[in-house]
Amino acid sequence: MAQLAATQSTYQPARHRSQMARREALVAYVLLLPWILGFIFFVAGPIVASLYLSLTTYNIAQPPQFIGIGNFVQAFTQDPLFWGALAKTFLYAIIVVPTGVAGALLVAILLNQGLRLTSLYRALFFLPHLTPFVAAVFIWEWLLDPTFGFINNVIWVVSHVQGPGWLGSPDWAMPALILIAFWAIIGGDMMLIFLAGLQGVPVELYEVASLDGAGAWRRFWNITLPMISPTLFFNSILAVIGALQTFTTAFVATSGGPSYATYFYALHIYNTAFSYTEMGYACALAWIFFIILIMFTYVQFRASNRWVYYAGEVK
Amino acid sequence: MAETARASTRRSSGQATIRNPVVVVRYVAGRGSLHLLTAVVGLLLMIPFLWALVGSFKPEDEIKALPPTFWPTHFVWGNYLQVWTSSYFTNWFFNTIEITILATAGAILSAAAAGYAFARLRFPGREIFFGMTIATMLLPFEVTLIPTYIEYYLLGWLNTYLPLTVPFWLGGGAFFIFLFRQFFMTIPLELDEAAKIDGANHFQILSTIVLPLSLPVLAAAGILSFISNWNSFVLPLIILNDPQKFTLSIGLRYFQMQPSSDAMPTDNLLLAGSIIMTIPIIAIFFLGQRYFVKGVVMSGMKG
Repeated sequence: MAQLAATQSTYQPARHRSQMARREALVAYVLLLPWILGFIFFVAGPIVASLYLSLTTYNIAQPPQFIGIGNFVQAFTQDPLFWGALAKTFLYAIIVVPTGVAGALLVAILLNQGLRLTSLYRALFFLPHLTPFVAAVFIWEWLLDPTFGFINNVIWVVSHVQGPGWLGSPDWAMPALILIAFWAIIGGDMMLIFLAGLQGVPVELYEVASLDGAGAWRRFWNITLPMISPTLFFNSILAVIGALQTFTTAFVATSGGPSYATYFYALHIYNTAFSYTEMGYACALAWIFFIILIMFTYVQFRASNRWVYYAGEVK
Repeated sequence: MAETARASTRRSSGQATIRNPVVVVRYVAGRGSLHLLTAVVGLLLMIPFLWALVGSFKPEDEIKALPPTFWPTHFVWGNYLQVWTSSYFTNWFFNTIEITILATAGAILSAAAAGYAFARLRFPGREIFFGMTIATMLLPFEVTLIPTYIEYYLLGWLNTYLPLTVPFWLGGGAFFIFLFRQFFMTIPLELDEAAKIDGANHFQILSTIVLPLSLPVLAAAGILSFISNWNSFVLPLIILNDPQKFTLSIGLRYFQMQPSSDAMPTDNLLLAGSIIMTIPIIAIFFLGQRYFVKGVVMSGMKG
């Protein structure tokens, strides 16, 4: 009897636990149901289709024709625009990502100082990001106009040097796009996310540190930075992906020109698919790009174990 | 408001040392230079927008004057009326509002639900599903753009708003799922455990504990989603081909190239159109900013 009672008493909590686990899983699947449907119809399905199409020539009018890895061979060996587009894209990302993330963190820290006009400053910083891409391009096209633009006139007044041709010049179109991107990025998503992260740092930590005599720099280095490391990580991932995929600004401002100076990889894919309707080849180009992005992000995630700290992680 | 709370703790710590004039001077100088730095950064970021704003009021002959004037000799409010009534501008404006609202509502609801599941529930396949979500986020839009375009073509969805809204109700995008998950993970699990002991189920925990603590991230996600849908360019560009159905982003570009008329629109009109397109977004931001701040207050209150 005693033995039976003992087994029962250990058995029941176990069953109760598994019931709870089952209910928890059921809740999870209900919450995930929309995502699962979306994943099947707008992600997984298209991925499979894209994978197949990348092995074909396909122009929508005629059914796809299987050609094996011909598209990939063509990209690496015969496409005169492929390597140039990759190089332009990397050059752009290498400059935009570090400056953009650092700039966004800096302005978020400025906004987190409890200054009296913080909400006004936040609005000012956020305004460039609020400006839609197309509107921003129109504004900057006018700002960067070689003759009538604000920038070249300022350059002339300050130094009596004739400013560059900016978007119309093969040498200066890329710096112009980088300038536009930096302006649009630093007060945008990344700043908001940094700000939410900074405001999530418990004030008590700062108070305790201050009592212990830690100065502003120490508090930043030993409290702020570790506590916002998930945010920093999140923003870095987004910045890399965003920079490598840049499309709209270049599409509207330069269409990749002049002389392919701003012909980013995404433009190459777009033109291949929707200007030349080479859908199969465009899918192959997109897959090559995906693999490059995966490699970048994998490296970032591997490195993140060493420097990212989570307060409420379910291990 | 959390800023006020933060400021008041600073102020009280300032009061503790107020007898020492050196500390007071250093404090004031520090605050002053912070204000100066912040204002300079703000001004630099504002210049393009201000320049465009005054430009949008300039008469046609002044927009290309040398040396350029800063202040218009006289304000031409008619620029705005002229843009508003040209092409299909009003259509574009209201189309964009409709699409943006539908897509944003769907994105937030479905992404918060998924983010909660990934952050705080244990279920078979969680790591795999979450890995898949991350992979989706890394997926360049071009990979799925072409097959989904073909899919929409087969479904008869081309030149309709369905591709611009329906997918947002189904997951809301990996970006927002990841954002919600990251935020939900920073909320102490002990709160859930305490509620569970009190007999709360997961939907109650989500609605009474996690979401109220997450108002900042909800507001942030709402603002971000609104902006990205309002700005959306590539998808409308390939989906819509009837100019009456255009959104503002592709409509403005259409207006710039003006295939139907003989004269290209002048820069002052393009700038006025750009400003009109930007204003609703600024309004939403100011509206949302309040919720944003409120959310920060609520998350700032402990226990």
